[in-house]
Amino acid sequence: MTDLTVTSVPSRSVQFDSAEMTARVKRRYRSERRFKALGGGALLLTAVFVLAVLLDIAFKGLPAFTQHYLVLDVPVKAEIVDPKGARNPDDLRSADYFAVMREALTAAVPGIEGRVAKKKLTGLLSSGAGNDLRDRIAADPSLIGTTVKVPLLLSDGADLYLKGQQTAVSTIPGRGTATPSDTKGDITILASANDFADDLVAVKKTLAARIEDLQVRLQRAEARGESQASEAASLKEEIVALAARVDQPAVAENLDEKMPSLLVSINGGLVKLNTISNDSATGTVILPLNTIDEARPLDWSVVTYAKPESNRKTSDIEVAYLEKLKADGNVESRFNTIFFTHGDSREAEQAGILGSLVGSVLMLIVTLSLALPFGVLAAVYLEEFAPKNKFTNLIEININNLAAVPSIVFGLLGLAVFLNFFGLPRSAPLVGGLVLALMVLPTIIIAARASMKAVPPSIKEAALGVGASHQQAIFHHVLPLATPGIMTGTIIGMAHALGETAPLLMIGMLAFIVDVPQGLTDPATALPAQIYIWSDLPEQAFEAKTAAAIMVLLGVLLLMNGMAIWLRSKFERRW
Amino acid sequence: MDMSAATRMEAERSAPVTAQGLPAKVVARDVNVFYGEKHALKHVDVDIPDRGVTAFIGPSGCGKSTFLRCINRMNDTIASCKVTGKITIDNRDIYDPSLDVVQLRARVGMVFQKPNPFPKSIFDNVAYGPKIHGLARTKSELEAIVTASLEKAGLWSEVKDRLGDSGTGLSGGQQQRLCIARAIAVNPDVILMDEPCSALDPIATAKVETLIDELRANYCIIIVTHSMQQAARVSQRTAFFHLGTLVEEGPTERIFSTPRDQRTQDYITGRTG
Repeated sequence: MTDLTVTSVPSRSVQFDSAEMTARVKRRYRSERRFKALGGGALLLTAVFVLAVLLDIAFKGLPAFTQHYLVLDVPVKAEIVDPKGARNPDDLRSADYFAVMREALTAAVPGIEGRVAKKKLTGLLSSGAGNDLRDRIAADPSLIGTTVKVPLLLSDGADLYLKGQQTAVSTIPGRGTATPSDTKGDITILASANDFADDLVAVKKTLAARIEDLQVRLQRAEARGESQASEAASLKEEIVALAARVDQPAVAENLDEKMPSLLVSINGGLVKLNTISNDSATGTVILPLNTIDEARPLDWSVVTYAKPESNRKTSDIEVAYLEKLKADGNVESRFNTIFFTHGDSREAEQAGILGSLVGSVLMLIVTLSLALPFGVLAAVYLEEFAPKNKFTNLIEININNLAAVPSIVFGLLGLAVFLNFFGLPRSAPLVGGLVLALMVLPTIIIAARASMKAVPPSIKEAALGVGASHQQAIFHHVLPLATPGIMTGTIIGMAHALGETAPLLMIGMLAFIVDVPQGLTDPATALPAQIYIWSDLPEQAFEAKTAAAIMVLLGVLLLMNGMAIWLRSKFERRW
Repeated sequence: MDMSAATRMEAERSAPVTAQGLPAKVVARDVNVFYGEKHALKHVDVDIPDRGVTAFIGPSGCGKSTFLRCINRMNDTIASCKVTGKITIDNRDIYDPSLDVVQLRARVGMVFQKPNPFPKSIFDNVAYGPKIHGLARTKSELEAIVTASLEKAGLWSEVKDRLGDSGTGLSGGQQQRLCIARAIAVNPDVILMDEPCSALDPIATAKVETLIDELRANYCIIIVTHSMQQAARVSQRTAFFHLGTLVEEGPTERIFSTPRDQRTQDYITGRTG
């Protein structure tokens, strides 16, 4: 029989250097190289994308970790802060600190007139700017009557401007002399050396660009034919008017808010220009001038805010105030402790991550303390003790299917069972933790069973061989060896739970909650829910907060994974 | 099994079972093992003497390991496995429902084919059995048991300075002797060895064989082996299994010099197997 098999095999063998074999070897090498290149390429592509995402988040989120403050000498007047003179802590807490701050602010930017301008000035401060001052005064009433140097929280708009996210500011010193007509109100400035000529050219250029835009619209309107004939006609008129303005380079131009803002800084004041010609300009005084004397060359300058006023949140007046405060050294950038010590807020500068972070941590504690023991014990029972019959098979299949159930379904279950049936409080980390525990349970059971299966049976046999009971063999030997695997599964499950929003939606945890939760039944939100809420807000400052919150979430994840790796290496044993 | 073989075995059983005249330790009567539908072991009757080494030989799949695992009821862990018949140790039926299988396994130690120390320290490996059975009341007693067991297993001089090291860090031969130390730490009556040297090199094998020879003064040892030389070297009695039946059992010298059954003859001369 053995002879038969030998003869039935064709008597060919591998020959070195034969053409066919060389081609074969080359083909094999080529395929191996191709596989390597594909793998490397895929890895590289992934790395590039991950890096891009991380860099984007970091770039967007880093500004949220600093916050600008106005550091001012605030005179704490007794008649405003404590009109009764009783130094009663409750009265001190409810006193009008805004009035005190307003006074300090008007002193820092003097000469502002008019309700609108004054409102813009005080609007630079956050509505929570007085909190620090209030706490200090309440803690130490002896400060009343003195002047205190305190950092005042700036509003999100002012903060964004100071972080350079609104407009670029450029200053060109005057070449000739300039003479203002007045120190306040609407004034005319005469320049001796055609100082506004360049700006006029720039303005005409923006007009020319506007003509091009209009022509595109005109073509579109004409293509539509009769229905838009009237619009086409008005567009045509507009183009002709603009073209006339562009064609006459020397004629004075009106500035509007769709053009870069032009201002003149002269004699200690600031004038916002409304019309310019080559050698003169008219404008409105924002910061009052000291004199109407002639300013010598280089002593005055033309200031340009590159981004048109209509395209930014901070108006020209606010920019002017902030620039002055910055020039006087009153603005300070500090690490944003509010972000890490406060709950959510409608005001971007007062919004913090702590509420949702604590909410997430509380939730994970509930999830872990339920899912881990139940999951591991269920796995031990199913793997080692349960009789193998149709019923346990059914349970097994159901557990595997449960891992694939969409998380929103768990949210609905939480709503129906925990909130409606058991009457647990809504928005509570307790309920969130319960729901997430249900969601994580199958993952942990599957991971625990797989890692218990991976423990060599010889270990269990050895334990049984020296007379350990089945339970002793499992708990003394198999389970400790399966621990690293169980832990990996648990961490994956917990990371999953940390990033989950859908089930939280159903139990009311996707909510605006200002207070930091103190316990498991306090209303709370979670990190991913907070990210979602912030990403939906229109204020530009929340964009950075969103990215910063993502960074915090990723940080928590990294921390968890680091812990898992550390625990693994601590428990890992070879056999 | 044909009638004549059965009569011959009956004759042998009535004779003194050991050379020293000691009574049989393990007695099996009409033992059958089924793995589901498969009849793996058929009508085994055997008496195994105390204080001696009995070798089970036979080709792969002949049922010798299955029978070995019946003696400490290790087959209980296999759900589809069913054992009938009667096995007694010191006249106590080990399949009696009132008998606790954990206590049985403490009396009947086992050494496996592949060294399988726990991934724990050498000390903990040996101390585990005494600990779970409460054989040591104090720490010093436990240490004494560990020391004595390692000495009996001939491992003490090699590991006495590193009892805290992992048992899995030892060489294969040392690991197997550690497993023997672990088995004798609970002071069993019977030690079952399932091809204990098949994963070891000849030098480590020689050491383990010497150890087995020393241990037979105090224990009833049953060893399953594929090596007929090993059976000849270490055992006083030999049983030959073939296709699930016990073909022949008797003093080792007799089995190897004048086998009575043709199948035994063929196997030991290398014609089958």
